[in-house]
Amino acid sequence: MTRRLTGIPARIHRAAAAGLLAASLAIPGTAALVAAPAMAQETPVRGGVLNSIVQPEPPTLMLGLNQQGPTQTVAGKIYQGLLTYDRKLNPLPSLAESWTVSPDGLTYTFKLYQNVKWHDGKPFSAADVVFSTSKFLMEVHPRARAVFSRCESIKALDDHTVEFKLKEPFPAFIQAFEVSSAPIVPAHIYEGGDYRTNPANTTPIGTGPFKLKEWVKGSYIQLVRNEDYYKKDLPYLDGITFRVIPDAASRSLALESGQVQQTQYSDLEPFEVPRLKTLPNVTLTTQGYEFVAPMAWLEINHRVKPLDDKRFRKAIAYAIDRKFIRDKIWFGLGRVPTGPINSVVKFYDPKVTTYEPSPEKAKALLDEMGLKPDAKGVRATVKLMPMPYGETWTRLGEYLKQALGKVGVAVVLESTDAAGWAQRVANWDYEITTNFLYQYGDPALGVARTYISSNIRKGVLFTNTMGYSNPKVDELFDQASRENDPAKRQEQYSEVQRILSDELPVVWLLEMEFPTFLDKRVRNANTSAIGVNDTYESVWLAK
Amino acid sequence: MLGFAQLFASRLVKAAAILIAIVVMNFFLVHAAPGDPAMVMAGEAGAADEKFVAQLREQFGLDRPLIEQLATYVGKVMQGDLGFSYRQQRPVRDILAERLPATLVLTLTAFVLALAAGVALGTLAAVAVGTWADSAITVIALLAYATPIYWIGLMLSLLFSIQLGWLPAFGYETIGAGYTGLAHVADVAAHLILPVITLALFYMAGYARLTRASMLEVRGLDFVKTAKAKGLTKSRIVTRHVLRNAILPVITVAGIQAGQLVGGSILIETVFAWPGIGRLAFEAVLQRDYQVLLGIFLVTSVMVILFNILTDILYGLVDPRIQVSQ
Repeated sequence: MTRRLTGIPARIHRAAAAGLLAASLAIPGTAALVAAPAMAQETPVRGGVLNSIVQPEPPTLMLGLNQQGPTQTVAGKIYQGLLTYDRKLNPLPSLAESWTVSPDGLTYTFKLYQNVKWHDGKPFSAADVVFSTSKFLMEVHPRARAVFSRCESIKALDDHTVEFKLKEPFPAFIQAFEVSSAPIVPAHIYEGGDYRTNPANTTPIGTGPFKLKEWVKGSYIQLVRNEDYYKKDLPYLDGITFRVIPDAASRSLALESGQVQQTQYSDLEPFEVPRLKTLPNVTLTTQGYEFVAPMAWLEINHRVKPLDDKRFRKAIAYAIDRKFIRDKIWFGLGRVPTGPINSVVKFYDPKVTTYEPSPEKAKALLDEMGLKPDAKGVRATVKLMPMPYGETWTRLGEYLKQALGKVGVAVVLESTDAAGWAQRVANWDYEITTNFLYQYGDPALGVARTYISSNIRKGVLFTNTMGYSNPKVDELFDQASRENDPAKRQEQYSEVQRILSDELPVVWLLEMEFPTFLDKRVRNANTSAIGVNDTYESVWLAK
Repeated sequence: MLGFAQLFASRLVKAAAILIAIVVMNFFLVHAAPGDPAMVMAGEAGAADEKFVAQLREQFGLDRPLIEQLATYVGKVMQGDLGFSYRQQRPVRDILAERLPATLVLTLTAFVLALAAGVALGTLAAVAVGTWADSAITVIALLAYATPIYWIGLMLSLLFSIQLGWLPAFGYETIGAGYTGLAHVADVAAHLILPVITLALFYMAGYARLTRASMLEVRGLDFVKTAKAKGLTKSRIVTRHVLRNAILPVITVAGIQAGQLVGGSILIETVFAWPGIGRLAFEAVLQRDYQVLLGIFLVTSVMVILFNILTDILYGLVDPRIQVSQ
């Protein structure tokens, strides 16, 4: 892809391609076929640099110390976990070649690849895995700490075999080895010292197919091929360059002009997507976010009246049109949720109470609570603090104000920046806010934390900040996390979904999908459940 | 010459005192904003527990009393140490040293261009007052002044980068090209054109309008009539008599704006992905990266003070009648 748009011919070309694409979209499912058949027959070629975007610029690329989204996308090519996952969230090899789980669900044994080397040339061994999971991550990684504290012992059986023994069954354990959840770090560099101030943090040393060549702060991060990668002939790419482009409009221009061949997560505002997907040089996919499975909701502080009344929360749910939110605010990106578990995550159950938009039902519930409209038609006033994560969230806030206003719930919008928002939500200093959390492939890892009462912890973000408490829910989440039998687990999670969808501790708004645009020359990218965060070892560029 | 040296010395002493006051005030202002870096990092990571947040606070030194933090900071600044950004894991001085040149290249080029073009256009408009040239310059200046700066930037890159393909749309240099010497300078210059024009247009409009108005005012004064009566050439009257007097308010405004250029460059640096200090400041605010933010404030304060001194000196040079009081 060189300079594409030079005057009229290009524009005609673009219009023709847009027409073609529109025609193929008319028949559902055929859009993907336009590019797919060619890919299957081609042989990968070596060489070429993939240009992508990183936004915002990560504070560090030491993935063990920082798991911010952009850090994961870049450092996911440098560091590796033991496993990665397919679109159905089944484990696939990464640093571990194979693994076994004992029938009692207590012992997990991983066989590691041979001949793996760190980027500084030192051999990688089971000792690195033991150090990473039992010491390093336990010290610095909140999610990993929660998982690996369930281990009774972590041992290297030989140089290439690691055994995890759990204190009690925890079937979600197998979902916990993805690169951002449990990145493996070099013991020979970190053992003994202070992890956070280690000078090596600025020159990350991993095992992945790409190494850091240069990071010009504020400009770009340049990764180059790891010539000693343990998989023969991989990676195909000479390198990957991530450009820091702070302005959303400039990011879409970069894609449009072919200066970058990939955008991911929130690089583009949803309102840009309808326009960009008609470009002839790119394809759009929303796959590759199954592992994070983001779920957006209205977070409601149960300590504030009348928000503590489930009838009020139900009235809110009936007052808003979530299809409208999906189609008009997120421009079709995402799915309308039914309950607390994202439909791409295991143990999802759609058979729950659902809330079709119905202002009448909302008003009836408010009437039942004794909230009668005053002279101005106002039954109650609530404060809404939209999440300060871009324009789309602001628009959502404005829509909610309108929708709730129609049933007599006056909304006062409060604005903050990200730091203020985080502090206020963590300290329960809010009434309603919008928020989204990742679900990490298993309800025990990414769903339970929001609803269980043991996770009501002031001053800590992404906990049960609503103050919701139901002993039955606590018990079901607890049992299900320890249940080895998938059928029984499903029953427990189904029941918890039924209870939560009736009590509405939060009002679920959207199973979010992020748009990933890829230049049509990029092959094999974004193939797993961690999508753009994967190693990209077999990605290649067609000429 | 002695007068200059004395003036300079006394101004520097005053400047030092002002700077210390600025450092202390900035420190409290920055810490008055809600939220702290630990919370921001926890929020960005998407997960947190008590231990994580507490560790970060300890690392940032936020668990100490505010006064103690201030004392530590001021003490370090006195020794020329601007502190350490835990977020970026590097000394603030290194971060600033890396980002400041990009901003200076951008803003100073834009500033010089804006001043030269603005004064020239303003002079032209004043000389040709009432003609089509005057109207055209006035309209262009008004448009450039009233149009949002980021919009101009986006439109320029849409036209010159996307449609015509003449100039790079963003960035400081071609990544991975490995240019050296003249080729590198040319590469940076090509990247510089669009952001410089965008930034310069806005200031240029101001200077043009100011020069025009000021010249029209001076033109009617008695000494100009005298000069005319003496039979001086028109160009000599314009340059030696009118412009020289009319330029003083332009210098005043330019002196103030030169100090503010860093602030004005935030939008430009964002739109054009220019790795400068304006954007760094913006990000540091969002991330509550206190040390970096304080460092930037300090550097920009120094710049404002320097430009003020420069402006005063320039007054004296342009119009020797203005005595610089100490």
